Amino acid sequence: MANSSEAGTTITDKKKRYSAGVLKYRQMGYWDADYVPKETDTICLFRITPQEGVDPVEAAAAVAGESSTATWTVVWTDRLTACDSYRAKAFKVEPVPNGPGQYFAWVAYDIILFEEGSIANMTASLIGNVFSFKPLKAARLEDIRIPVAYVKTFKGPPTGLVVERERLDKFGRPLLGATTKPKLGLSGRNYGRVIYEGLKGGLDFMKDDENINSQPFMHWRDRFLYVMDAVNKATAATGEVKGSYLNITGATVEDMYERAEFAKDLGSVIVMVDLVVGWSTIQSMANWCRRNDMILHMHRAGHGTYTRQKNHGVSFRVIAKWLRLAGVDHLHAGTAVGKLEGDPLTVQGYYNVCRDSYTKQDLPRGLFFDQDWCDLKKVMPVASGGIHAGQMHQLLDLFGDDVVLQFGGGTIGHPAGIQAGAVANRVALESMVKARNEGKDILNEGPQILKNAAKFCGPLQQALDTWGDISFNYASTDTSDYAATPAASN
Amino acid sequence: MMTNPTGRLTQGQFGFLPDLTDAEISMQIAYGLARGYAWSVEYTDDPHPRNTYWEMFGMPMFDLKDAAGVLMELQNCRKTFPNHYIRLQAFDSTRGVESIAMSFIVNRPAVEPGFTLVRQETVGRTMRYTIHGYSTDQPEGERYKR
Repeated sequence: MANSSEAGTTITDKKKRYSAGVLKYRQMGYWDADYVPKETDTICLFRITPQEGVDPVEAAAAVAGESSTATWTVVWTDRLTACDSYRAKAFKVEPVPNGPGQYFAWVAYDIILFEEGSIANMTASLIGNVFSFKPLKAARLEDIRIPVAYVKTFKGPPTGLVVERERLDKFGRPLLGATTKPKLGLSGRNYGRVIYEGLKGGLDFMKDDENINSQPFMHWRDRFLYVMDAVNKATAATGEVKGSYLNITGATVEDMYERAEFAKDLGSVIVMVDLVVGWSTIQSMANWCRRNDMILHMHRAGHGTYTRQKNHGVSFRVIAKWLRLAGVDHLHAGTAVGKLEGDPLTVQGYYNVCRDSYTKQDLPRGLFFDQDWCDLKKVMPVASGGIHAGQMHQLLDLFGDDVVLQFGGGTIGHPAGIQAGAVANRVALESMVKARNEGKDILNEGPQILKNAAKFCGPLQQALDTWGDISFNYASTDTSDYAATPAASN
Repeated sequence: MMTNPTGRLTQGQFGFLPDLTDAEISMQIAYGLARGYAWSVEYTDDPHPRNTYWEMFGMPMFDLKDAAGVLMELQNCRKTFPNHYIRLQAFDSTRGVESIAMSFIVNRPAVEPGFTLVRQETVGRTMRYTIHGYSTDQPEGERYKR
């Protein structure tokens, strides 16, 4: 959609370009239909909804301008700089398929724009001012191609999913977890009981929830002490390495370091932070984990405020890319079949971002760019929220082996108790992996495979009787623009 | 006797399932071979969760493409160490993985004594934990005599 009219081209005459006043963004050098992105450029794909009467090319140029060097008026001080390097360049605009009033805008950024190894700096540019820009009704950062040269300035996950498995001595199957419930109100002593039962019953991990920090009902030190007693007792009872994500999120970074140190002193294999702590804190905690042989679990608390609506915000696939660079080992990436938002193909796209060595463009999965991860460690995705043993075949089919499946209610709410809930999940999981490896068509034969396993496992039968038919069939909000995919359940 | 719901050591990817038959083991081996993994047989009488290095019953079978051959090695190992833990492990040499892709136990001692948790009280309410295997009080090779 190149616009070749007079007002649509960059003004090359320096006098005209820098005389005081207001120019259109595309006249200032933020639009170049002929621009060929360099290998070292970052490329962003924005979905923009211009205000009535605003030309989409001008809107795209404005996005490029406001996310790089532009201000609303011409400034002569640009001429003191190699200003063309600093101007992001919108180079392609296309209407969104079946999205009236919306356009995809491709914008390229020179590598000089971003401080090495700093997601805080990159995000301050790319999603800094531009999302409040008046001529746009809405804007969404859909996807990003990060150049190899910039990827290599990050250390990435402190542990990575391959080394995590080596440390845990768990291979060839998804890991199993559960979030301790109720999420608020348990004393440290009662809380540890849930941890012990879940782990002894067969789970690999238990988990603090996002809003468990250090409230009046349970001081964080109390939680850590009781939880680690439970973890070690369960380890002795099973002979397996066990863990519980100790949430070290606190009011200040100093608090977080203190909590992390205590978790380490008690022998925990994993700590956890919430996404709301912010990019700089995440990168600091990643460094701490790297120094202390610790796995870092990321709970994406708050992401739905900016990832869910299709017309405005930042897609979770972009957040996942930034988090892989920033350095987390676990990342909640959706379930597709559970209680929380997530179209199956779109969710698979997030998983690919976490686990690929090289991510291929895949429009039905919402992946607009090839992304070379140049050997950066891989993030273990976590599927959590309203899933149960009866969905095991779907979960294994959707996500494969490298995932943590977390059944919170589906473990703790088991009619025969927490250990029975854990047994049901573990037996369902192992039976399904075994059947898949034997060449069975688990997607179709899954329910029968579970029934057969339930013959030797009473707790699994009870779980299937309790939850077998529960599904969450709601249309997803955040779907691909290139293929219609209703949320699949049961 | 271990007190977890299975009553036994739950390491390995099929720790909660009934013992796999040799026919079922062969199918798992074939699955790994089809994906290009190299199988290895390992045994131990110290299954501590952090005892990473079980003894190798020969080297990983990099060039073996036939499930029957792997099963034969397993049977040799069972004959030699009938009362040890034996596991099959599959190695994946793909760039970016280069680690173990599958691992499951295929032989166990008749009685699995398990572990005790040793607590050492230290400052404040902090504990130091040691997982101690009952069997390791006996010398190597003499741990699972009936």
